[in-house]
Amino acid sequence: MTLRVDRPLRVVLAEDGVLLRDGLVGLLGRCGHEVAAAVGDAEALVAAVGEHDPDVVVTDVRMPPGFQDEGLHAAVRLRRERPTLPVLVLSQYVQRRYAAELLDSGDGTGVGYLLKDRVGQVEEFVTALGEVADGGTVVDPEVVRQLLRRRRDPLERLSPREREVLALIAEGRSNSAIARRLVVSEAAVGKHVSGILTKLDLPPAQDTHRRVLAVLAYLRA
Amino acid sequence: MHPSNVWQALARPGYPLSAWPWRAAGYLLTGAVAGAVVLVGIVLSAVAGGVLALALVGIPLLLATALAGLPVAVVERLRLRLVDAEPAPDPHEPPGAPGLRAWLATRLRERATWRELGHALLFAGLLWPVDALVLAVGLLAPLSVLLTPLLLLVAGEAKVLKLWLVTGWPAAFGWAVLGLLLLVLGGYLLGVAAGARAGLTRLLVAPREVDLGARVVELTRSRARLVDAFEAERRRIERDLHDGAQQRLVALTMTLGLARLDAPPGPLADQLATAHEEAGAALAELRELIHNIHPKVLADYGLEAAVCDAADRSAVPVDVDLELPGRLSPAVEATAYFVVCEALANVDRHSGANRAEVSGGHRDGRLCLRIRDDGRGGARAGQGSGLTGLADRVSVLDGRLSLSSPPGGPTLLCVEIPCDPAR
Repeated sequence: MTLRVDRPLRVVLAEDGVLLRDGLVGLLGRCGHEVAAAVGDAEALVAAVGEHDPDVVVTDVRMPPGFQDEGLHAAVRLRRERPTLPVLVLSQYVQRRYAAELLDSGDGTGVGYLLKDRVGQVEEFVTALGEVADGGTVVDPEVVRQLLRRRRDPLERLSPREREVLALIAEGRSNSAIARRLVVSEAAVGKHVSGILTKLDLPPAQDTHRRVLAVLAYLRA
Repeated sequence: MHPSNVWQALARPGYPLSAWPWRAAGYLLTGAVAGAVVLVGIVLSAVAGGVLALALVGIPLLLATALAGLPVAVVERLRLRLVDAEPAPDPHEPPGAPGLRAWLATRLRERATWRELGHALLFAGLLWPVDALVLAVGLLAPLSVLLTPLLLLVAGEAKVLKLWLVTGWPAAFGWAVLGLLLLVLGGYLLGVAAGARAGLTRLLVAPREVDLGARVVELTRSRARLVDAFEAERRRIERDLHDGAQQRLVALTMTLGLARLDAPPGPLADQLATAHEEAGAALAELRELIHNIHPKVLADYGLEAAVCDAADRSAVPVDVDLELPGRLSPAVEATAYFVVCEALANVDRHSGANRAEVSGGHRDGRLCLRIRDDGRGGARAGQGSGLTGLADRVSVLDGRLSLSSPPGGPTLLCVEIPCDPAR
C-alpha cells in the first residue's frame, strides 16, 4: 500500500523522545513530506519555526526542560504570532483543558490535538496532518468523548445515532467521511447533522470546519 | 519466671530467703555512700566556685556544678540494676556536632539535664540520709539483736539496742530468735524502701517517656516526610513510565502500523494486524495506569481542572462547583484529588446514585470539599472503601475527613485541609 500524499508539506517536528522522533521523521518522509527540522525542546521549536517557515508544526506537549506542557505553550505562542500557522499537537494523555487552550489560540482553524497513540494508525495520522495543514480542526476522539460525557442535559435529547454523528463532527470529519465510517448514505448523514444542529441551537453550516468549531464551542461551553 | 524487680520479688513467698533483701540492702548502702559523696562534692564545688567566681576562674566550676546531675544520674542508672532488671535508658540526645561546645549546648538545652540536677540535689540533701536510716532500722538493728548471744560470749554481758541489759543465756537466745524475726521484717522494709527509691530515681533519671512532646513532633514530621516521599516517588514512576515504556510502545505501534501497510494481504498481514491492535491496547492500558498514578492535568492545571477531569471520567453524572483562589501546595492538591477520585469511585461502585456533586472552595485558610450523592447511603469508612488510607493522608496535612451516610442516603463526604494558596 502506498502512503504518498498529494501535497507534500514542509514540517517542523518537536519531540524529545529520540526513538519516536526518528520514527516520525521516517514516517513523514515516507509519505512524501519534508521534515525541515526535528528538534527536542520547545525553545528549539520556536527557533526552527522562525527559521524554516513550515507548512505545519507537529509537537509533543511534554518536553524539556520542565517536562510539563512546554510544547503546548510553545504551540499557543507560535499561533499567537502567526494565527494561520497549522499546528498538530501530540500528547501521551489528552485532556479537554489542553484542547481548549489550543483551540482558543488563533481562530481555532488549522489546529490538531491528538493522542500520541494515533501515530500508530499511520493512515489516519497522515490524513489528520493533511487536514490540519489545510486549515482543518482535528480533535482526538478521546477529547470528544470527555466533552460528550460532560454535557449531559441537552445531549440527552439526541438519539444514539445522532450522538455518534456529533462525536464524529467534533473530531473534524466531513459528511462524506462520517457516511463512510457509519456505512450510511451521505444524505442520511446530512439529515442527522441538520437535526443535531437544530436540537442544539447551533447555526447550520455547510463548511466542515465552521461546523466543527461550532460543535466544539458548544461542547466546551 | 524470675522476678524482674524488687516489687515483684516482694510478692513472692520465698522473698526473705532470696537474694532480693540483700540486693535491696546493697542498693540502699551504695545509695547512702554515694549520696554522702555527692553532698560533699556539690558543696565543695559550689563554695569553691562561688568564691572563685569573683576572679572569674570559678565560673567554669559553677557550670560544672550545674552539670553535676549528669554523672550522678549515670551512677544512679547503673545502681538501679541492683533492684530493677529493666534497662534504664539514657534520656539524653547525642549532641548534633562533635566538640565540647556542641555537647554543652545540647545538654544545657535538655530538660533531662535540669531534672537530673534536681535529682542530684534531692539525693545529696534528703535521700541518702533516708537510705542510711532505713538501712540502720531494717538491717543493722535486727543484726545486732540477733548477735546478742555472741556479744554475751565475748563480753560477758550484752546491752540489746543499748537499752536492755542481758546477762543470762536463755534471755540471749530469746533475743536472738526475736532478732531473726526482726531481720525477716527488716528485709521487707528494705525491699519496700529500695523499691520506692528506685521508682523515684527512675522517674527522675530515666523517665520511660523520653520527652514525649518532642517525639510526637518528630513523628509527625517524619510522617509528613514519608507522604512527601511517597508523592515524589509517584511522580518519578509516572515520569519513568512516560519517558520509557510509553515512548517505546508508541514507536512500536508506529512501526507495526507501517509494517501493516507494507505487508501483502494474507496470514502475515493478519498477524501484524493482531500485534498492532495488542500494542495499541497495551498503550491504552498504560496510559490509564499512568493517569491513575499521577494525573498530568493535576500537575499542569491544578485541583479544579483535575476534579473536573475526574468528574468527566465518572460513570455517574457529576456536577462540579469549585471555587479555588489558584494553585495550592502539591501535597494538598494531590491529597484532595485522590479523596475526590476515591469518593467518586465509591459512588460508582456502591451507592447506586443517579447524580453526584463535588462542591467547595477555599475559606478561612482551609480547603473544603464536599462530595455528595443521591444514592442509597449506608457507606462506612474502613470497609475496604479506601477511605481509611485517605483519612490518614488527610490527617498528615492536619486535615479532617468526615463521612455522613445514613441508610437510604444521601451520602456526604467532607474533607477539610488547612492550606494557603501557593500562587
